Amino acid sequence: MSPLLCARGLSKSYGPRVACSGVSLDLHEGEVLAVVGESGSGKSTLLGLLATEIAPDAGQVNYRFRDGTARDLHTLSEAERRLLMRTDWGFIRQDAMQGLRMPVSAGGNVGERLMAVGHRHYGNIRETAEDWLSRVEIDPGRIDDTPKTFSGGMRQRLQIARNLVTHPRLVFMDEPTSGLDVSVQARLLDLIRGLVSELGLAVIIVTHDLAVARLLSHRIMVMKGGRAIEAGLTDQVLDDPREPYTQLLVSSVLAA
Amino acid sequence: MNETATASGYNFAYLDEQTKRMIRRAILKAIAIPGYQVPFASREMPMPYGWGTGGVQVTAAVLGPDDTLKVIDQGSDDTTNAVSIRKFFERTAGVKTTTKTTDASVIQTRHRVPEEKLRADQILVYQVPIPEPLRFLEPRETETRQLHALAEYGLMHVKLYEDIARHGRIATTYAYPVEVAGRYVMDPSPVPKFDNPKIGDCAALQLYGAGREKRIYAVPPHTKVKSLDFEDHPFRVQTFREPCALCAAEDVYLDEVVLDDRGGRMFVCSDTDYCEQRRTDGHRGKMLGKVPLGGEAA
Repeated sequence: MSPLLCARGLSKSYGPRVACSGVSLDLHEGEVLAVVGESGSGKSTLLGLLATEIAPDAGQVNYRFRDGTARDLHTLSEAERRLLMRTDWGFIRQDAMQGLRMPVSAGGNVGERLMAVGHRHYGNIRETAEDWLSRVEIDPGRIDDTPKTFSGGMRQRLQIARNLVTHPRLVFMDEPTSGLDVSVQARLLDLIRGLVSELGLAVIIVTHDLAVARLLSHRIMVMKGGRAIEAGLTDQVLDDPREPYTQLLVSSVLAA
Repeated sequence: MNETATASGYNFAYLDEQTKRMIRRAILKAIAIPGYQVPFASREMPMPYGWGTGGVQVTAAVLGPDDTLKVIDQGSDDTTNAVSIRKFFERTAGVKTTTKTTDASVIQTRHRVPEEKLRADQILVYQVPIPEPLRFLEPRETETRQLHALAEYGLMHVKLYEDIARHGRIATTYAYPVEVAGRYVMDPSPVPKFDNPKIGDCAALQLYGAGREKRIYAVPPHTKVKSLDFEDHPFRVQTFREPCALCAAEDVYLDEVVLDDRGGRMFVCSDTDYCEQRRTDGHRGKMLGKVPLGGEAA
């Protein structure tokens, strides 16, 4: 089976500053890849390049569509790109305010993708939204409340429901647990792990938190200065790091 | 009536010919792409924005010396907006004006479509405050244009969804979004949704002008216009429990008029010309006084 997503030689510079340089990776279906590194190491730029939100200076990203054909994502038309974004993909953002429609009710937030792909039955949309709210552990009684009245953890869970409602195959997550307190973080990670295995999602998760990477991911990629310096199985990289920088990163985690 | 004499020093219908040509080009493009908002170089008009500067420019561009103009404001011919715009064209174009829908060849309107069925030789010009149906859902103009270009209208249904979630039904009663000719979603200007069915398959040409927002769009004659809805919450127009108190008309849009401070009220046709015509034809509502015409203002 060929990989779901296959990136080769991705590079992006902002003027003289190199954000991402010659990054290649493969992602298979149902696989969770964590991208770790310190702030400014190019993690978010890489995620933007893979999710076609940023155009690369060099390199390409091939994605295998549901019909089996692999195409370079950066050659897609805007219409195809948007269709992909709201059907086959999800994007969980660090700041839930960016990923949600804050003035729209929780039900409307979850239902938006359904309506965007042509669902026109209010009762069914609402039923699906209720189902998804309970799956992400939000009381379905809050379906008509806006996310403004939700806590940080609930907003992140709502974002997850909103993205997963169309059964995507690939989900990008940009620091989904940062800014949440530790117990909420733990529950969110638990939820994500459950949904990922249940739905067989492929996930690329960007995080600076090695514990998150260890809990969720199968494979890990370490970035420094825009380059991928080390990649491998998560436990292998974290328990037996090869690169001096990775060793530093692993050893700098405070043992709980 | 010296006031109605044509003012000197102005070009026919106020705007200069180059401006009218520019507006006509925009109108032609709008007709060619039903429901699509065509940008145009909207001019300053001698009236404030919100008073119909867009409609006035469109009317000026389509008006000829032989035309008969009618101006409606909220269904009425005798409110400030209607009177001043009618006077404006009497003075700057010297065209005939009328209050009768059947006699008019160009009708400029704000907030209503006439009850009388329009004919192929008539043009209906709407004054539009905000042409973008997606505006309150998506504030970025670049993004709304993109959404129109890609026919991505899921957002419009999110608004209707929110309506039902909050009110149990689609609570949008005016400026109710429509899909024109199976492609563009359009704001039919703030007409009550009661008028939406009249916009579809209409024999007359319908033009929409937004002066402040600098947009013109159109619904050509006999174009399919569909009001957006859900399968289990279909589009419905307002209904009224009683007929017009003056002319006994049913199936028309009624205005509520408060009569006193003890809850007294009456419902009368919002389209004053239609109401008068019916009374002349001998229809009598239950609150119509002895004087058959013009007695309702007392």
